[in-house]
Amino acid sequence: MAESDDTDLLFKALADPSRRKLLDLLHAHDGRTLSELCKHLDMTRQGVTQHLDALQAANMVTTVRRGREKLHFLNPVPLQEIYERWIAKFEKPRLKALSDLKKRLEKSNG
Amino acid sequence: MARSKFVYVTYIRTTPEKLWSALTDAEFMRQYWFGTHCDSQWTPGSPWKMVYSDGTITDAGEVIEAAPPGRLVIRWQHQKRPELKAEGDSICTMELEQIGTAVKLSITHTIECEPSKLIEAVSGGWPKILSNLKSLLETGSIALSGKE
Repeated sequence: MAESDDTDLLFKALADPSRRKLLDLLHAHDGRTLSELCKHLDMTRQGVTQHLDALQAANMVTTVRRGREKLHFLNPVPLQEIYERWIAKFEKPRLKALSDLKKRLEKSNG
Repeated sequence: MARSKFVYVTYIRTTPEKLWSALTDAEFMRQYWFGTHCDSQWTPGSPWKMVYSDGTITDAGEVIEAAPPGRLVIRWQHQKRPELKAEGDSICTMELEQIGTAVKLSITHTIECEPSKLIEAVSGGWPKILSNLKSLLETGSIALSGKE
């Protein structure tokens, strides 16, 4: 799959309030079953399954089998890639500002 | 007993063999792991340690399973911060699976306590490392350099 397809899937997955709520639920507490997730959403089990499928296709959610259960985990790796693409470069000046501040304050101490 | 765990997955356009060597070669590791590398013979039962760029050993344990290029399991205990060391052993499992033209890399890190400071500490680092690894294998250069 091309890079642009991966990115399209990611943004499509994020472009829905129910799917963002599912991510919030997993962010608060990872490793939940479908039934546990369904309790927090006002929709059918089938609807929740479809949203989870979209999140899995975008690699935002991964699953692990535990006996007969399937546990869902939030996978932040694709978001890290988005972060690096557009945000990370702004970190360097901030880190430099902090280290400059530390130097200046420590100098005035001594 | 309660356990803390995370599962991270990334798809990397490479071969399982190249990815395996990226995960086990010290020189290669330093490039995407912010100067850190892991030292081991990578055979079941051999000692394993994680070495920071200044030579400090931050984590140590042993290789439990090694089946190149598909599966690597490490018993992992933090060494530096007392509160993390006190939590004892964690288990880190790396699974590599060819899917089409890419390799699915799943990292699972588990410890038998909840909440876990170790899991909290490593869960922040893994996405950066994996993202760098993907970028290095796919494009030949890393996305993030220097310290976090």
